[in-house]
Amino acid sequence: MQTVFWASGIITVIILLVIIGYILIKGLPAINLEFLLAEPIDSGESGGIAPMIVSSIYVTLVAGIVAAPLGVGAAVYLAEYAGENKVVKLIRFGAETLASIPSIVFGLFGLSFFVIFLGMGWSLFAGGLVLALMALPTIFQVAEVSIEAVPRSYREGSLALGATKWETIYRVVLPAAIPGITTGVILGLARAISEAAAIMFVVGSALSMPISIFDPGRPLPLHLYVLATEGISMENAFGTAAVMVILILIITVVTNTLVERYQKKMMGR
Amino acid sequence: MSSNKLEEYLVEKGLFLTAIFSIIIILIIIAFIFREGFPIFQEYGVLNFIFGMNWAPSDEQYGVFTMIVGSLCITGLSLLMAVPLSILCAIFMAEIAPKTFRKILKPTIETLAGIPSVVYGFFGLIVLVPLVRVQFGGTGFSMLTASIILTIMILPTIISVSEDALRSVPHEYKEASLALGATQWQTIKNVIFPAAIPGVITAIILGMGRAVGETLAVIMVAGNVTQIPNSILDPVRALTSNIALEMGYATGVHYNALFGTAIVLFIMIMVLLVIANYFHYKKKVVIGGGYL
Repeated sequence: MQTVFWASGIITVIILLVIIGYILIKGLPAINLEFLLAEPIDSGESGGIAPMIVSSIYVTLVAGIVAAPLGVGAAVYLAEYAGENKVVKLIRFGAETLASIPSIVFGLFGLSFFVIFLGMGWSLFAGGLVLALMALPTIFQVAEVSIEAVPRSYREGSLALGATKWETIYRVVLPAAIPGITTGVILGLARAISEAAAIMFVVGSALSMPISIFDPGRPLPLHLYVLATEGISMENAFGTAAVMVILILIITVVTNTLVERYQKKMMGR
Repeated sequence: MSSNKLEEYLVEKGLFLTAIFSIIIILIIIAFIFREGFPIFQEYGVLNFIFGMNWAPSDEQYGVFTMIVGSLCITGLSLLMAVPLSILCAIFMAEIAPKTFRKILKPTIETLAGIPSVVYGFFGLIVLVPLVRVQFGGTGFSMLTASIILTIMILPTIISVSEDALRSVPHEYKEASLALGATQWQTIKNVIFPAAIPGVITAIILGMGRAVGETLAVIMVAGNVTQIPNSILDPVRALTSNIALEMGYATGVHYNALFGTAIVLFIMIMVLLVIANYFHYKKKVVIGGGYL
Protein backbone atom coordinates (compact mmCIF):
# COMPACT_ATOMS: atom_id res chain seq x y z
CA MET A 1 0.00 0.00 0.00
CA GLN A 2 2.90 2.35 0.76
CA THR A 3 4.01 1.95 -2.85
CA VAL A 4 0.61 3.07 -4.17
CA PHE A 5 0.72 6.23 -2.07
CA TRP A 6 4.28 7.01 -3.11
CA ALA A 7 3.31 6.38 -6.73
CA SER A 8 0.41 8.87 -6.52
CA GLY A 9 2.73 11.56 -5.20
CA ILE A 10 5.42 10.85 -7.75
CA ILE A 11 2.91 10.77 -10.63
CA THR A 12 1.67 14.24 -9.63
CA VAL A 13 5.20 15.62 -9.70
CA ILE A 14 5.92 13.92 -13.03
CA ILE A 15 2.77 15.38 -14.63
CA LEU A 16 3.91 18.88 -13.71
CA LEU A 17 7.49 18.28 -14.87
CA VAL A 18 6.34 16.85 -18.21
CA ILE A 19 4.00 19.77 -18.97
CA ILE A 20 6.36 22.52 -17.85
CA GLY A 21 9.39 20.80 -19.33
CA TYR A 22 7.72 20.29 -22.69
CA ILE A 23 6.48 23.87 -22.94
CA LEU A 24 9.83 25.33 -21.88
CA ILE A 25 11.97 23.09 -24.11
CA LYS A 26 9.83 23.88 -27.15
CA GLY A 27 9.17 27.49 -26.21
CA LEU A 28 12.43 28.88 -24.86
CA PRO A 29 14.23 28.84 -28.26
CA ALA A 30 11.50 31.15 -29.60
CA ILE A 31 12.04 33.68 -26.83
CA ASN A 32 14.60 36.42 -27.37
CA LEU A 33 14.66 40.14 -26.91
CA GLU A 34 13.13 40.73 -30.33
CA PHE A 35 10.24 38.36 -29.60
CA LEU A 36 9.51 40.26 -26.39
CA LEU A 37 9.89 43.75 -27.82
CA ALA A 38 8.54 43.56 -31.37
CA GLU A 39 4.98 43.84 -32.64
CA PRO A 40 3.42 40.80 -34.30
CA ILE A 41 3.55 40.53 -38.09
CA ASP A 42 0.80 38.80 -40.14
CA SER A 43 -1.56 38.14 -37.18
CA GLY A 44 1.36 36.77 -35.17
CA GLU A 45 2.82 34.42 -37.75
CA SER A 46 6.13 36.12 -37.16
CA GLY A 47 7.27 39.07 -35.11
CA GLY A 48 6.87 39.41 -31.39
CA ILE A 49 4.38 39.76 -28.58
CA ALA A 50 5.12 43.24 -27.21
CA PRO A 51 1.50 44.51 -27.51
CA MET A 52 0.26 41.37 -25.76
CA ILE A 53 2.65 41.88 -22.85
CA VAL A 54 1.50 45.50 -22.55
CA SER A 55 -2.16 44.39 -22.78
CA SER A 56 -1.60 41.83 -20.03
CA ILE A 57 0.06 44.45 -17.82
CA TYR A 58 -2.82 46.89 -18.39
CA VAL A 59 -5.63 44.47 -17.56
CA THR A 60 -3.75 43.13 -14.54
CA LEU A 61 -3.09 46.67 -13.25
CA VAL A 62 -6.75 47.64 -13.61
CA ALA A 63 -7.82 44.39 -11.92
CA GLY A 64 -5.39 44.94 -9.04
CA ILE A 65 -6.27 48.59 -8.47
CA VAL A 66 -10.00 47.79 -8.41
CA ALA A 67 -9.99 44.43 -6.62
CA ALA A 68 -7.31 44.95 -3.94
CA PRO A 69 -9.08 47.71 -1.94
CA LEU A 70 -12.46 45.99 -2.27
CA GLY A 71 -11.12 42.59 -1.22
CA VAL A 72 -9.03 43.92 1.66
CA GLY A 73 -11.88 46.20 2.80
CA ALA A 74 -14.27 43.27 2.90
CA ALA A 75 -11.69 41.19 4.76
CA VAL A 76 -11.17 43.94 7.37
CA TYR A 77 -14.90 44.25 7.85
CA LEU A 78 -15.40 40.53 8.38
CA ALA A 79 -12.32 40.05 10.55
CA GLU A 80 -12.60 43.17 12.72
CA TYR A 81 -16.15 44.50 12.72
CA ALA A 82 -18.69 41.80 11.95
CA GLY A 83 -19.67 39.05 14.32
CA GLU A 84 -21.09 35.76 13.11
CA ASN A 85 -24.54 36.53 11.79
CA LYS A 86 -26.74 35.97 8.74
CA VAL A 87 -25.23 38.88 6.78
CA VAL A 88 -21.72 37.55 7.29
CA LYS A 89 -22.79 34.09 6.14
CA LEU A 90 -24.36 35.68 3.08
CA ILE A 91 -21.17 37.65 2.36
CA ARG A 92 -19.08 34.48 2.57
CA PHE A 93 -21.51 32.62 0.32
CA GLY A 94 -21.33 35.57 -2.08
CA ALA A 95 -17.54 35.31 -2.28
CA GLU A 96 -17.73 31.54 -2.83
CA THR A 97 -20.30 32.01 -5.58
CA LEU A 98 -18.17 34.65 -7.26
CA ALA A 99 -15.22 32.25 -7.10
CA SER A 100 -17.12 29.42 -8.74
CA ILE A 101 -18.88 31.21 -11.59
CA PRO A 102 -17.33 29.83 -14.82
CA SER A 103 -15.02 32.26 -16.55
CA ILE A 104 -17.02 32.20 -19.78
CA VAL A 105 -20.10 33.39 -17.85
CA PHE A 106 -17.99 36.31 -16.60
CA GLY A 107 -17.13 36.89 -20.24
CA LEU A 108 -20.78 37.12 -21.26
CA PHE A 109 -21.48 39.39 -18.31
CA GLY A 110 -18.56 41.63 -19.25
CA LEU A 111 -19.84 41.88 -22.81
CA SER A 112 -23.45 42.63 -21.92
CA PHE A 113 -22.75 44.89 -18.91
CA PHE A 114 -19.45 46.75 -19.34
CA VAL A 115 -19.07 46.73 -23.11
CA ILE A 116 -22.69 47.21 -24.22
CA PHE A 117 -24.82 48.43 -21.29
CA LEU A 118 -22.27 50.86 -19.81
CA GLY A 119 -21.01 51.72 -23.28
CA MET A 120 -17.32 51.14 -22.55
CA GLY A 121 -16.80 49.40 -25.88
CA TRP A 122 -14.16 46.76 -26.39
CA SER A 123 -11.31 47.88 -24.17
CA LEU A 124 -8.60 46.64 -21.85
CA PHE A 125 -10.26 48.70 -19.12
CA ALA A 126 -13.49 46.68 -19.40
CA GLY A 127 -11.41 43.48 -19.47
CA GLY A 128 -9.56 44.60 -16.34
CA LEU A 129 -12.87 45.19 -14.55
CA VAL A 130 -14.07 41.65 -15.40
CA LEU A 131 -10.78 40.22 -14.13
CA ALA A 132 -11.09 42.33 -10.96
CA LEU A 133 -14.36 40.53 -10.18
CA MET A 134 -12.64 37.19 -10.71
CA ALA A 135 -9.65 38.10 -8.53
CA LEU A 136 -11.81 39.56 -5.75
CA PRO A 137 -12.76 36.34 -3.87
CA THR A 138 -9.16 35.10 -3.70
CA ILE A 139 -7.87 38.44 -2.39
CA PHE A 140 -10.70 38.60 0.13
CA GLN A 141 -10.27 35.06 1.44
CA VAL A 142 -6.48 35.18 1.81
CA ALA A 143 -6.56 38.70 3.31
CA GLU A 144 -9.17 37.66 5.88
CA VAL A 145 -7.08 34.72 7.06
CA SER A 146 -3.96 36.87 7.39
CA ILE A 147 -5.76 39.66 9.26
CA GLU A 148 -7.22 37.13 11.66
CA ALA A 149 -3.74 35.68 12.20
CA VAL A 150 -2.46 38.97 13.67
CA PRO A 151 -2.07 38.30 17.42
CA ARG A 152 -4.74 39.77 19.68
CA SER A 153 -2.07 41.37 21.88
CA TYR A 154 -1.15 43.76 19.03
CA ARG A 155 -4.67 45.16 19.01
CA GLU A 156 -4.92 45.29 22.79
CA GLY A 157 -1.61 47.12 23.04
CA SER A 158 -2.72 49.75 20.56
CA LEU A 159 -6.17 50.20 22.09
CA ALA A 160 -4.65 50.47 25.57
CA LEU A 161 -2.48 53.35 24.33
CA GLY A 162 -5.67 55.22 23.45
CA ALA A 163 -5.86 54.58 19.71
CA THR A 164 -9.31 54.27 18.17
CA LYS A 165 -10.42 51.06 16.50
CA TRP A 166 -9.73 52.34 13.00
CA GLU A 167 -6.33 53.77 14.02
CA THR A 168 -5.48 50.36 15.44
CA ILE A 169 -6.50 48.59 12.26
CA TYR A 170 -4.80 51.08 9.99
CA ARG A 171 -1.53 51.49 11.89
CA VAL A 172 -1.10 48.16 13.66
CA VAL A 173 -3.19 45.31 12.24
CA LEU A 174 -2.85 46.03 8.51
CA PRO A 175 0.93 46.62 8.56
CA ALA A 176 1.37 43.35 10.46
CA ALA A 177 -0.81 41.51 7.94
CA ILE A 178 0.81 43.06 4.86
CA PRO A 179 2.81 39.98 3.72
CA GLY A 180 -0.33 37.86 3.83
CA ILE A 181 -2.42 40.49 2.08
CA THR A 182 0.26 40.85 -0.61
CA THR A 183 0.18 37.09 -1.12
CA GLY A 184 -3.59 37.23 -1.56
CA VAL A 185 -3.35 40.06 -4.09
CA ILE A 186 -0.65 38.22 -6.07
CA LEU A 187 -2.68 34.98 -6.09
CA GLY A 188 -5.79 36.86 -7.21
CA LEU A 189 -3.88 38.63 -9.97
CA ALA A 190 -2.24 35.35 -11.03
CA ARG A 191 -5.73 34.12 -11.79
CA ALA A 192 -6.44 37.35 -13.69
CA ILE A 193 -3.28 37.24 -15.79
CA SER A 194 -3.93 33.62 -16.87
CA GLU A 195 -7.50 34.16 -17.93
CA ALA A 196 -8.60 34.19 -21.56
CA ALA A 197 -12.22 32.98 -21.70
CA ALA A 198 -13.50 35.80 -19.48
CA ILE A 199 -12.06 38.54 -21.62
CA MET A 200 -12.27 37.16 -25.15
CA PHE A 201 -15.47 39.08 -25.93
CA VAL A 202 -14.53 42.11 -23.85
CA VAL A 203 -11.04 43.31 -24.87
CA GLY A 204 -11.59 43.33 -28.61
CA SER A 205 -8.63 41.08 -29.45
CA ALA A 206 -6.77 43.84 -31.32
CA LEU A 207 -3.21 43.11 -32.43
CA SER A 208 -1.89 46.66 -32.35
CA MET A 209 -0.02 48.21 -29.46
CA PRO A 210 -2.54 49.66 -26.97
CA ILE A 211 -1.68 53.25 -26.09
CA SER A 212 -4.10 53.78 -23.22
CA ILE A 213 -6.12 51.38 -21.05
CA PHE A 214 -9.23 52.40 -22.97
CA ASP A 215 -7.88 50.89 -26.19
CA PRO A 216 -8.74 47.37 -27.29
CA GLY A 217 -5.94 44.85 -26.92
CA ARG A 218 -5.07 41.18 -26.68
CA PRO A 219 -3.54 39.81 -23.45
CA LEU A 220 -1.09 36.89 -23.64
CA PRO A 221 -3.46 33.95 -22.91
CA LEU A 222 -5.92 35.12 -25.55
CA HIS A 223 -3.07 35.49 -28.05
CA LEU A 224 -1.95 31.92 -27.35
CA TYR A 225 -5.51 30.68 -27.84
CA VAL A 226 -5.83 32.42 -31.20
CA LEU A 227 -2.39 31.33 -32.40
CA ALA A 228 -3.03 27.70 -31.47
CA THR A 229 -6.63 27.24 -32.57
CA GLU A 230 -6.29 29.13 -35.84
CA GLY A 231 -3.00 27.37 -36.53
CA ILE A 232 -1.21 30.65 -37.20
CA SER A 233 2.23 29.81 -35.82
CA MET A 234 3.05 26.96 -33.49
CA GLU A 235 6.53 28.34 -32.88
CA ASN A 236 5.18 31.65 -31.60
CA ALA A 237 2.45 29.82 -29.69
CA PHE A 238 5.15 27.84 -27.85
CA GLY A 239 7.04 31.06 -27.17
CA THR A 240 3.93 32.74 -25.75
CA ALA A 241 3.10 29.67 -23.65
CA ALA A 242 6.65 29.58 -22.30
CA VAL A 243 6.46 33.26 -21.31
CA MET A 244 3.29 32.52 -19.33
CA VAL A 245 4.76 29.42 -17.67
CA ILE A 246 7.81 31.42 -16.58
CA LEU A 247 5.51 34.11 -15.17
CA ILE A 248 3.57 31.52 -13.16
CA LEU A 249 6.78 29.95 -11.86
CA ILE A 250 8.01 33.36 -10.70
CA ILE A 251 4.67 34.06 -9.02
CA THR A 252 4.76 30.71 -7.17
CA VAL A 253 8.29 31.31 -5.91
CA VAL A 254 7.49 34.87 -4.78
CA THR A 255 4.29 33.91 -2.93
CA ASN A 256 5.99 30.96 -1.24
CA THR A 257 8.84 33.15 -0.06
CA LEU A 258 6.37 35.71 1.27
CA VAL A 259 4.33 33.08 3.11
CA GLU A 260 7.45 31.54 4.66
CA ARG A 261 8.70 34.92 5.85
CA TYR A 262 5.29 35.75 7.24
CA GLN A 263 5.02 32.51 9.16
CA LYS A 264 8.50 33.00 10.61
CA LYS A 265 7.62 36.53 11.66
CA MET A 266 4.37 35.49 13.33
CA MET A 267 5.77 32.45 15.08
CA GLY A 268 9.32 33.53 15.87
CA ARG A 269 8.17 36.76 17.48
CA MET B 1 -13.92 63.54 19.95
CA SER B 2 -17.12 63.66 17.94
CA SER B 3 -15.19 64.02 14.68
CA ASN B 4 -13.34 60.87 15.69
CA LYS B 5 -16.61 59.07 16.24
CA LEU B 6 -17.90 60.26 12.90
CA GLU B 7 -14.76 58.95 11.22
CA GLU B 8 -15.12 55.58 12.93
CA TYR B 9 -18.75 55.44 11.83
CA LEU B 10 -17.97 56.31 8.22
CA VAL B 11 -15.10 53.81 8.07
CA GLU B 12 -17.30 51.01 9.36
CA LYS B 13 -20.06 51.78 6.87
CA GLY B 14 -17.54 52.08 4.05
CA LEU B 15 -16.01 48.72 4.90
CA PHE B 16 -19.47 47.21 5.09
CA LEU B 17 -20.10 48.41 1.55
CA THR B 18 -16.93 46.71 0.28
CA ALA B 19 -18.02 43.55 2.09
CA ILE B 20 -21.42 43.38 0.40
CA PHE B 21 -19.94 44.37 -2.96
CA SER B 22 -19.61 40.76 -4.13
CA ILE B 23 -23.27 40.11 -3.36
CA ILE B 24 -24.29 43.18 -5.34
CA ILE B 25 -22.09 42.04 -8.25
CA ILE B 26 -23.61 38.56 -8.23
CA LEU B 27 -27.10 40.05 -8.36
CA ILE B 28 -26.08 42.25 -11.32
CA ILE B 29 -24.51 39.23 -13.08
CA ILE B 30 -27.67 37.17 -12.59
CA ALA B 31 -29.82 40.09 -13.75
CA PHE B 32 -27.86 40.60 -16.95
CA ILE B 33 -27.42 36.93 -17.87
CA PHE B 34 -31.15 36.35 -17.37
CA ARG B 35 -32.14 39.56 -19.13
CA GLU B 36 -30.26 38.53 -22.25
CA GLY B 37 -31.04 34.83 -21.98
CA PHE B 38 -34.70 34.95 -21.07
CA PRO B 39 -36.02 35.70 -24.59
CA ILE B 40 -34.83 32.28 -25.81
CA PHE B 41 -36.98 30.58 -23.17
CA GLN B 42 -39.98 32.61 -24.28
CA GLU B 43 -39.49 32.14 -27.97
CA TYR B 44 -38.21 28.59 -28.07
CA GLY B 45 -39.66 27.15 -24.86
CA VAL B 46 -37.68 26.09 -21.80
CA LEU B 47 -38.17 22.36 -22.41
CA ASN B 48 -37.37 22.59 -26.10
CA PHE B 49 -34.23 24.49 -25.22
CA ILE B 50 -33.00 22.13 -22.51
CA PHE B 51 -34.07 18.82 -24.04
CA GLY B 52 -33.77 19.70 -27.72
CA MET B 53 -31.33 17.40 -29.51
CA ASN B 54 -30.51 19.77 -32.37
CA TRP B 55 -28.30 22.81 -32.24
CA ALA B 56 -28.29 24.51 -35.62
CA PRO B 57 -28.55 28.30 -35.29
CA SER B 58 -28.76 28.70 -39.08
CA ASP B 59 -31.99 26.60 -39.03
CA GLU B 60 -33.21 28.22 -35.82
CA GLN B 61 -32.69 24.99 -33.88
CA TYR B 62 -31.57 25.73 -30.34
CA GLY B 63 -31.47 22.54 -28.28
CA VAL B 64 -28.63 22.25 -25.79
CA PHE B 65 -29.24 18.71 -24.55
CA THR B 66 -26.24 17.22 -26.39
CA MET B 67 -24.04 19.78 -24.70
CA ILE B 68 -25.46 19.12 -21.24
CA VAL B 69 -24.66 15.46 -21.85
CA GLY B 70 -21.25 16.45 -23.24
CA SER B 71 -20.36 18.53 -20.18
CA LEU B 72 -21.52 15.79 -17.81
CA CYS B 73 -19.67 13.03 -19.70
CA ILE B 74 -16.36 14.92 -19.78
CA THR B 75 -16.74 15.86 -16.11
CA GLY B 76 -17.71 12.33 -15.05
CA LEU B 77 -14.83 10.70 -16.88
CA SER B 78 -12.31 13.18 -15.51
CA LEU B 79 -13.59 12.64 -11.96
CA LEU B 80 -13.21 8.91 -12.48
CA MET B 81 -9.52 9.45 -13.16
CA ALA B 82 -8.84 12.38 -10.84
CA VAL B 83 -10.59 11.26 -7.65
CA PRO B 84 -8.56 8.09 -6.90
CA LEU B 85 -5.26 9.75 -7.80
CA SER B 86 -5.91 12.91 -5.81
CA ILE B 87 -7.27 11.18 -2.72
CA LEU B 88 -4.24 8.88 -2.64
CA CYS B 89 -2.00 11.89 -3.10
CA ALA B 90 -3.79 13.85 -0.36
CA ILE B 91 -3.45 10.95 2.11
CA PHE B 92 0.18 10.62 1.08
CA MET B 93 0.82 14.32 1.77
CA ALA B 94 -1.08 14.44 5.03
CA GLU B 95 0.04 11.19 6.63
CA ILE B 96 2.86 9.39 4.88
CA ALA B 97 5.25 11.61 2.92
CA PRO B 98 8.49 12.60 4.64
CA LYS B 99 8.97 16.32 5.13
CA THR B 100 11.44 16.67 2.29
CA PHE B 101 9.06 15.17 -0.27
CA ARG B 102 6.19 17.29 1.04
CA LYS B 103 8.38 20.32 0.37
CA ILE B 104 8.47 19.26 -3.29
CA LEU B 105 4.81 18.29 -3.57
CA LYS B 106 3.26 21.44 -2.14
CA PRO B 107 4.75 23.89 -4.66
CA THR B 108 4.14 21.29 -7.38
CA ILE B 109 0.43 21.37 -6.65
CA GLU B 110 0.41 25.17 -6.39
CA THR B 111 2.08 25.44 -9.78
CA LEU B 112 -0.32 22.94 -11.34
CA ALA B 113 -3.15 25.14 -10.04
CA GLY B 114 -1.50 28.25 -11.43
CA ILE B 115 -0.83 27.14 -15.01
CA PRO B 116 -3.27 29.02 -17.30
CA SER B 117 -6.03 26.88 -18.77
CA VAL B 118 -5.02 27.94 -22.28
CA VAL B 119 -1.58 26.46 -21.67
CA TYR B 120 -3.19 23.18 -20.61
CA GLY B 121 -5.35 23.29 -23.72
CA PHE B 122 -2.33 23.99 -25.88
CA PHE B 123 -0.42 21.09 -24.31
CA GLY B 124 -3.44 18.87 -24.93
CA LEU B 125 -3.70 20.00 -28.53
CA ILE B 126 -0.01 19.45 -29.30
CA VAL B 127 0.73 16.35 -27.21
CA LEU B 128 -2.43 14.51 -26.15
CA VAL B 129 -4.51 14.78 -29.32
CA PRO B 130 -1.83 13.09 -31.49
CA LEU B 131 -1.17 10.58 -28.70
CA VAL B 132 -4.84 9.55 -28.48
CA ARG B 133 -5.08 9.46 -32.27
CA VAL B 134 -2.10 7.10 -32.56
CA GLN B 135 -2.97 4.92 -29.58
CA PHE B 136 -6.74 4.60 -29.91
CA GLY B 137 -7.60 5.77 -33.42
CA GLY B 138 -10.12 8.42 -34.45
CA THR B 139 -9.17 12.06 -34.87
CA GLY B 140 -7.79 12.40 -31.35
CA PHE B 141 -10.22 15.23 -30.63
CA SER B 142 -12.41 13.38 -28.18
CA MET B 143 -14.18 13.12 -24.86
CA LEU B 144 -11.22 11.10 -23.60
CA THR B 145 -8.65 13.76 -24.49
CA ALA B 146 -10.72 16.50 -22.88
CA SER B 147 -11.17 14.37 -19.75
CA ILE B 148 -7.44 13.72 -19.43
CA ILE B 149 -6.69 17.45 -19.58
CA LEU B 150 -9.46 18.20 -17.08
CA THR B 151 -8.14 15.47 -14.78
CA ILE B 152 -4.81 17.27 -14.57
CA MET B 153 -6.56 20.62 -14.09
CA ILE B 154 -8.77 19.51 -11.19
CA LEU B 155 -6.07 17.50 -9.38
CA PRO B 156 -4.78 20.51 -7.39
CA THR B 157 -8.28 21.49 -6.21
CA ILE B 158 -9.19 18.01 -4.98
CA ILE B 159 -5.76 17.31 -3.48
CA SER B 160 -5.44 20.54 -1.52
CA VAL B 161 -8.99 20.61 -0.14
CA SER B 162 -8.87 16.88 0.78
CA GLU B 163 -5.48 17.35 2.42
CA ASP B 164 -6.88 20.15 4.57
CA ALA B 165 -9.77 17.90 5.57
CA LEU B 166 -7.40 15.05 6.48
CA ARG B 167 -5.18 17.38 8.48
CA SER B 168 -8.08 18.81 10.44
CA VAL B 169 -8.96 15.38 11.86
CA PRO B 170 -8.13 15.72 15.59
CA HIS B 171 -4.82 14.22 16.63
CA GLU B 172 -6.43 12.25 19.45
CA TYR B 173 -8.26 10.01 16.95
CA LYS B 174 -5.02 8.96 15.37
CA GLU B 175 -3.21 8.53 18.67
CA ALA B 176 -6.05 6.50 20.15
CA SER B 177 -6.11 4.20 17.14
CA LEU B 178 -2.36 3.70 17.18
CA ALA B 179 -2.43 3.15 20.95
CA LEU B 180 -4.97 0.37 20.44
CA GLY B 181 -2.41 -1.39 18.30
CA ALA B 182 -3.72 -0.50 14.85
CA THR B 183 -1.13 -0.18 12.10
CA GLN B 184 -0.63 3.09 10.24
CA TRP B 185 -2.63 1.80 7.27
CA GLN B 186 -5.46 0.57 9.49
CA THR B 187 -5.55 3.95 11.21
CA ILE B 188 -5.75 5.79 7.89
CA LYS B 189 -8.37 3.44 6.45
CA ASN B 190 -10.61 3.07 9.50
CA VAL B 191 -10.19 6.31 11.42
CA ILE B 192 -8.62 9.26 9.63
CA PHE B 193 -10.17 8.87 6.18
CA PRO B 194 -13.73 8.19 7.43
CA ALA B 195 -13.48 11.24 9.68
CA ALA B 196 -12.41 13.41 6.76
CA ILE B 197 -15.09 12.20 4.33
CA PRO B 198 -17.30 15.33 4.40
CA GLY B 199 -14.27 17.46 3.50
CA VAL B 200 -13.24 15.02 0.78
CA ILE B 201 -16.73 15.17 -0.73
CA THR B 202 -16.54 18.98 -0.69
CA ALA B 203 -13.20 18.71 -2.48
CA ILE B 204 -14.63 16.42 -5.16
CA ILE B 205 -17.61 18.70 -5.75
CA LEU B 206 -15.36 21.76 -6.02
CA GLY B 207 -13.26 19.87 -8.57
CA MET B 208 -16.42 18.96 -10.41
CA GLY B 209 -17.43 22.62 -10.50
CA ARG B 210 -14.08 23.52 -11.99
CA ALA B 211 -14.44 20.79 -14.64
CA VAL B 212 -17.97 21.85 -15.62
CA GLY B 213 -16.89 25.51 -15.87
CA GLU B 214 -13.66 24.99 -17.81
CA THR B 215 -13.86 26.47 -21.26
CA LEU B 216 -10.86 26.96 -23.49
CA ALA B 217 -8.82 23.90 -22.52
CA VAL B 218 -11.87 21.78 -23.40
CA ILE B 219 -12.56 23.58 -26.68
CA MET B 220 -9.01 23.00 -27.85
CA VAL B 221 -9.15 19.19 -27.54
CA ALA B 222 -12.79 18.00 -27.45
CA GLY B 223 -13.68 18.31 -31.13
CA ASN B 224 -16.85 20.30 -30.32
CA VAL B 225 -19.36 18.25 -32.36
CA THR B 226 -22.92 18.60 -31.03
CA GLN B 227 -23.81 14.94 -30.59
CA ILE B 228 -24.44 12.40 -27.86
CA PRO B 229 -21.13 10.48 -27.71
CA ASN B 230 -21.26 6.73 -28.38
CA SER B 231 -17.78 6.06 -27.13
CA ILE B 232 -15.14 7.96 -25.21
CA LEU B 233 -13.31 8.49 -28.51
CA ASP B 234 -16.17 10.51 -30.01
CA PRO B 235 -15.89 14.29 -30.16
CA VAL B 236 -18.25 16.20 -27.84
CA ARG B 237 -19.17 19.79 -27.17
CA ALA B 238 -19.45 21.21 -23.65
CA LEU B 239 -21.87 23.98 -22.63
CA THR B 240 -18.99 26.36 -21.97
CA SER B 241 -17.45 25.63 -25.38
CA ASN B 242 -20.73 26.37 -27.12
CA ILE B 243 -20.70 29.92 -25.75
CA ALA B 244 -17.03 30.60 -26.48
CA LEU B 245 -17.19 29.17 -30.00
CA GLU B 246 -20.20 31.11 -31.23
CA MET B 247 -20.44 34.33 -29.23
CA GLY B 248 -18.05 36.08 -31.60
CA TYR B 249 -20.60 36.22 -34.42
CA ALA B 250 -23.99 35.56 -32.77
CA THR B 251 -26.82 38.04 -33.20
CA GLY B 252 -30.55 38.10 -32.41
CA VAL B 253 -32.08 34.87 -31.13
CA HIS B 254 -28.75 33.08 -31.47
CA TYR B 255 -27.20 35.66 -29.08
CA ASN B 256 -30.04 35.04 -26.60
CA ALA B 257 -29.61 31.28 -26.96
CA LEU B 258 -25.95 31.56 -25.93
CA PHE B 259 -26.95 33.51 -22.82
CA GLY B 260 -29.55 30.79 -22.26
CA THR B 261 -26.68 28.28 -22.35
CA ALA B 262 -24.95 30.39 -19.69
CA ILE B 263 -28.10 30.24 -17.53
CA VAL B 264 -28.09 26.43 -17.69
CA LEU B 265 -24.39 26.44 -16.79
CA PHE B 266 -24.93 28.91 -13.96
CA ILE B 267 -27.71 26.81 -12.45
CA MET B 268 -25.56 23.64 -12.63
CA ILE B 269 -22.71 25.43 -10.82
CA MET B 270 -25.04 26.83 -8.15
CA VAL B 271 -26.46 23.37 -7.44
CA LEU B 272 -22.92 22.01 -7.03
CA LEU B 273 -21.96 24.91 -4.76
CA VAL B 274 -24.98 24.40 -2.51
CA ILE B 275 -24.22 20.66 -2.24
CA ALA B 276 -20.57 21.43 -1.44
CA ASN B 277 -21.65 23.86 1.27
CA TYR B 278 -24.04 21.33 2.72
CA PHE B 279 -21.23 18.83 3.23
CA HIS B 280 -18.80 21.51 4.33
CA TYR B 281 -20.97 22.81 7.15
CA LYS B 282 -22.53 19.50 8.11
CA LYS B 283 -19.31 17.94 9.26
CA LYS B 284 -20.61 15.00 11.20
CA VAL B 285 -17.90 12.51 11.88
CA VAL B 286 -18.96 8.91 11.60
CA ILE B 287 -16.62 6.14 12.70
CA GLY B 288 -17.64 2.53 13.00
CA GLY B 289 -21.35 3.36 12.82
CA GLY B 290 -21.34 5.84 15.69
CA TYR B 291 -21.13 9.63 15.77
CA LEU B 292 -18.15 11.25 17.37
